Amino acid sequence: MLGKTAGGLYWMFRFLERSENTARLLEAGFRMALTRSTEGGTSEWESVVTTSGTGDIYASKYDDYNDTQVMHFLLCDMDNPSSVLSVTKAARDNARMVRTALTTEVWEAVNDNWMTLREMLSAPITQVELPTTLAIIRQKSALVRGALYGTMLRNDIYDFARLGTFLERADNTARIINVKYYTLLPSASFVGSSLDNVQWEMILRSVSAHRSFRWLDESDMSATAVADFLIFDRRLPRSLAFCVKQSRENLHYLENEYGTRHACHDIADRLHKRFDSQSISSVFDFGLHDFINEFITDNNALGAQIERDYRFNG
Amino acid sequence: MTRNKVPFDEMRLSDGSVREPYAEYSAWFNQQNPARLQTKSDEAEAFFRRTGITFNVYGAAEAQERLIPFDLVPRIVSHREWSRLSKGIEQRVRAINAFLWDIYNRQEILRAGRIPQELIAKNEAFVPQMMGFTPPGSVYTHIVGTDIVRTGEDDFYVLEDNARTPSGVSYMLENRETMLQMFPELFSKIKVQSVSDYPKTLRASLAACAPAICNGKPTVAVLTPGIHNSAYFEHSFLADQMGAELVEGHDLRVVDGRVAMRTTRGYKVIDVLYRRIDDDFLDPMTFNPDSLLGVPGIMDVYRAGGITLANAPGTGIADDKAIYSYMPDIVEFYTGEKAILKNVETHRCAEPDALKYVLDNLDKLVVKEVHGSGGYGMLVGPAASKKEIEAFREKLLAHPGNYIAQPTLSLSTVPIFVDQGLAPRHVDLRPFVQVSPRAINITPGGLTRVALSEGSLVVNSSQGGGTKDTWVLED
Repeated sequence: MLGKTAGGLYWMFRFLERSENTARLLEAGFRMALTRSTEGGTSEWESVVTTSGTGDIYASKYDDYNDTQVMHFLLCDMDNPSSVLSVTKAARDNARMVRTALTTEVWEAVNDNWMTLREMLSAPITQVELPTTLAIIRQKSALVRGALYGTMLRNDIYDFARLGTFLERADNTARIINVKYYTLLPSASFVGSSLDNVQWEMILRSVSAHRSFRWLDESDMSATAVADFLIFDRRLPRSLAFCVKQSRENLHYLENEYGTRHACHDIADRLHKRFDSQSISSVFDFGLHDFINEFITDNNALGAQIERDYRFNG
Repeated sequence: MTRNKVPFDEMRLSDGSVREPYAEYSAWFNQQNPARLQTKSDEAEAFFRRTGITFNVYGAAEAQERLIPFDLVPRIVSHREWSRLSKGIEQRVRAINAFLWDIYNRQEILRAGRIPQELIAKNEAFVPQMMGFTPPGSVYTHIVGTDIVRTGEDDFYVLEDNARTPSGVSYMLENRETMLQMFPELFSKIKVQSVSDYPKTLRASLAACAPAICNGKPTVAVLTPGIHNSAYFEHSFLADQMGAELVEGHDLRVVDGRVAMRTTRGYKVIDVLYRRIDDDFLDPMTFNPDSLLGVPGIMDVYRAGGITLANAPGTGIADDKAIYSYMPDIVEFYTGEKAILKNVETHRCAEPDALKYVLDNLDKLVVKEVHGSGGYGMLVGPAASKKEIEAFREKLLAHPGNYIAQPTLSLSTVPIFVDQGLAPRHVDLRPFVQVSPRAINITPGGLTRVALSEGSLVVNSSQGGGTKDTWVLED
């Protein structure tokens, strides 16, 4: 496979994952803003923008945070390279580039995703339309994922697509924890206070885990339990440990298929081991914020190393 | 070639009865419910959009992807018509390859005085780097798309030879695929020659042109300028169908005297490169130094026998519009036969007498840029306003050598499907030819382009033309 093709697949799925994550983040922010006073709502929108990693671009365009602006910025704004519309186009451009590596089903799903969202996001989205809009964004990316699962050979093509998905997802979950880490600190939380419950719910919602958390841990809604769930629980497909396990697995398949081990394999092993050797209490001892920051750095380093080892760019 | 006569209708005789090749189709069509056909037509469009069969239009604000309108009425060619046509095309393509070898080697045709020396020496399409070099298998034009128009029962003219990087073959294949899906019953009634082998035979034809250094199964790749190129869909389609890698310039580099592509497991040598970028962009070290699309050093590898380029650089000298007017001589010179297909009478504006004639008759002629393509920069005299003609006159006077002029041909018509049923529209035809040392292979059919507005003669997809499936009937 061409290095460029591997890179195109990897980025195609990073962008698709990002689109879905942004939709989820907006949904969580929207619910939170609805249930809070104007003041609190504003800071909530700010934290949504910060979590999406586009704070600087936002600040260069706007002076304040409100629902209409933030919704437009994160959904439709082509000046924002991480807006849903931007990443949907980027995913589709990458898909066109790697067209020969995709099944017809995957290509058509990605193409349809772009055509639908381009139409839907061509005009600003109102509050009333938001839930439907977000549902369609999630549904369209689920179709791409389904086509990938159902029709693609399990070979290097599939591995690069999955690596893009899990690296992006891990980064996303880590950034959510990073922005809200103070609400997860056991010391700072007032156990059972409504404020914390709302914050935790917001976090869980932004990784689509508010219901699964309750299934698993109904009795123990605490900062520690939520943090443990998001970081260590390998049953949760958006936890850091799960994403790392999956990335490592796909890298392992590539190692077997190609018969070559690279530096990225060592990084993935190290990252994986960290989740096995640590627990939530050792993370709190070490410092949650530092732990997450270190994870984000290492996860990025893994991505960069994969790009080098598999010659995405030269 | 008299003007103002009724154009040749490929489906109907002047008394309104149906010509033989269309007999079965016409009978079928008359039994169809127009509403159902309209639904089918809409479905076809949705299908093209969903599958991304689009082309990009240059100059539009955001690189726009457009559909080429597809008309569901096939253009039907009888077996007899086709065999004459394909003989004529084969003869011409053979002559072109002999001409190219001659021009880049002994130049006998120039010494014989059949073509003026300066027409070659001063021609931008002439590539001096090809002098004294014979490409693998002596094949210059691995792929040709000969543009043909028809004006009467047996009157076929070659309009352009397209010996550089002709496009459109993906539409030929997708149009057939679409027809098979829309109207499977038609193909069980009417025996139509298949076109679907094109990618397979192209791969084999290209592989047969691999350089001598290649041992084992040749690695073939398609070189595209990238996703923003107007024909990108076709590039990826062909690569996909041939099972070849689709590469861009930055995927390639010269490694140990061969051209190799960067893969996830290191560099892999390419034997045959089907390149869909122009000569000028192929190698910044030899041609345009600003080109980012090509591969630095690829021409050196090529000349040393390390890779086959399809088509060879410098083939443009054979399809140049000024050379075009000499094609009957060229065919005769190299094949010893009279040309089977006609050439359109061409006035070379570089010649004073011809220029005077053209200036006096601008309202009746089609004037084309010698190096232009895609229907841009041309004047269609009979369809132009006085103002347009005068503006063009200025351009022509400033650089007469840049233009040739031809009479307006009365292109044949084939019906398209409209609200009222069938309506005749002008068409041309681009059959696709594969050349290898073993054989010249012409796919039965080709791309029929159709001018969708009534009376229009401009069939280019960039200017509102559409396409049709082209059927060559079995014997």
